[in-house]
Amino acid sequence: MAKVHGAVVIDEERCKGCDLCVAACPTKVLLLKDKEVNNRGYHYAYMAQPEACIGCSSCAIVCPDACIEVYRVVEK
Amino acid sequence: MELNQIINPANKVYSRPALLSENTMHYCPGCSHGVVHKIIAELIDEMGQQENTIGVAPVGCAVFAYNYIDVDWVEAAHGRAPALATAVKRLNPEKLVFTYQGDGDISAIGTAETIHAANRGENIAIIFINNGIYGMTGGQMAPTTLEGQKTATTPYGRRVDLNGYPLAISTLLAQLDGTCYVTRQAVHTAAAARKAKSAIKKAFQNALAGRGTSVVEIVGTCSSGWKLSPRASNAWMEENMFEKYPLGDLKNADVEK
Repeated sequence: MAKVHGAVVIDEERCKGCDLCVAACPTKVLLLKDKEVNNRGYHYAYMAQPEACIGCSSCAIVCPDACIEVYRVVEK
Repeated sequence: MELNQIINPANKVYSRPALLSENTMHYCPGCSHGVVHKIIAELIDEMGQQENTIGVAPVGCAVFAYNYIDVDWVEAAHGRAPALATAVKRLNPEKLVFTYQGDGDISAIGTAETIHAANRGENIAIIFINNGIYGMTGGQMAPTTLEGQKTATTPYGRRVDLNGYPLAISTLLAQLDGTCYVTRQAVHTAAAARKAKSAIKKAFQNALAGRGTSVVEIVGTCSSGWKLSPRASNAWMEENMFEKYPLGDLKNADVEK
């Protein structure tokens, strides 16, 4: 079976820490930073479990500030 | 597979729409407006209409929409977006003309303009964001506020004996002969956002083809106005808003023919 690898790149300075990408992720890859904040004072999102990402783009589609880029590789 | 092997331009499947400007949106964290702006920017780009689109910005939270989507815009007086769009479209019949309005704009101060533009069947697309509250001015009651919903001006909840009933304006517009497509969508999940995108695409196609007025209502959240976190706002919306404002097509002239 083909294995799907995904990754997201988050524009940390643009992120407002709304948590919607974390809620949308079906494989629980994303989390908000617990302590660190960006220049605007928001706890930005990051890939807490990068190996679980399948590149489905759900997080990017629901992101109101369009700060997520998604990459996807299907290994055959 | 290593992350640096995956993160490679050749593997990119989703990125920021080209038509969305670099400006940081002024919306609160988790606001539905951002998602809808993104959908509109993607669609105009995909349809190759960047040079052929004129948007009409409202008064309300989305008043700065022209700062975020890189197409031509005009800013209407409060509630008058459909009237201005009528003029723009009649003078430029080949252009894609759409209005972007909130519930205070479309269903309070702009009810007359909206209903008459839709009744005349102007060939415009109306994107209507319904979050049941006046977000920009600090969370006062809107005509669309639900019964019992607490706002700054109804601190004990909206009372129908005092404030009247919530107004489902899309349902009203669907009754008019001038509208060709009226639908109600949401953008709280990826699946809902994809459906909303195809609805807005259809509205834009109708506007270009001159089939009449299309209305796409997006039931959205206002986490600042509702005094909930963005995630809790989505849950509250699913629980309460969808009961009064059920999702789905209210009118689709293509199917009825």
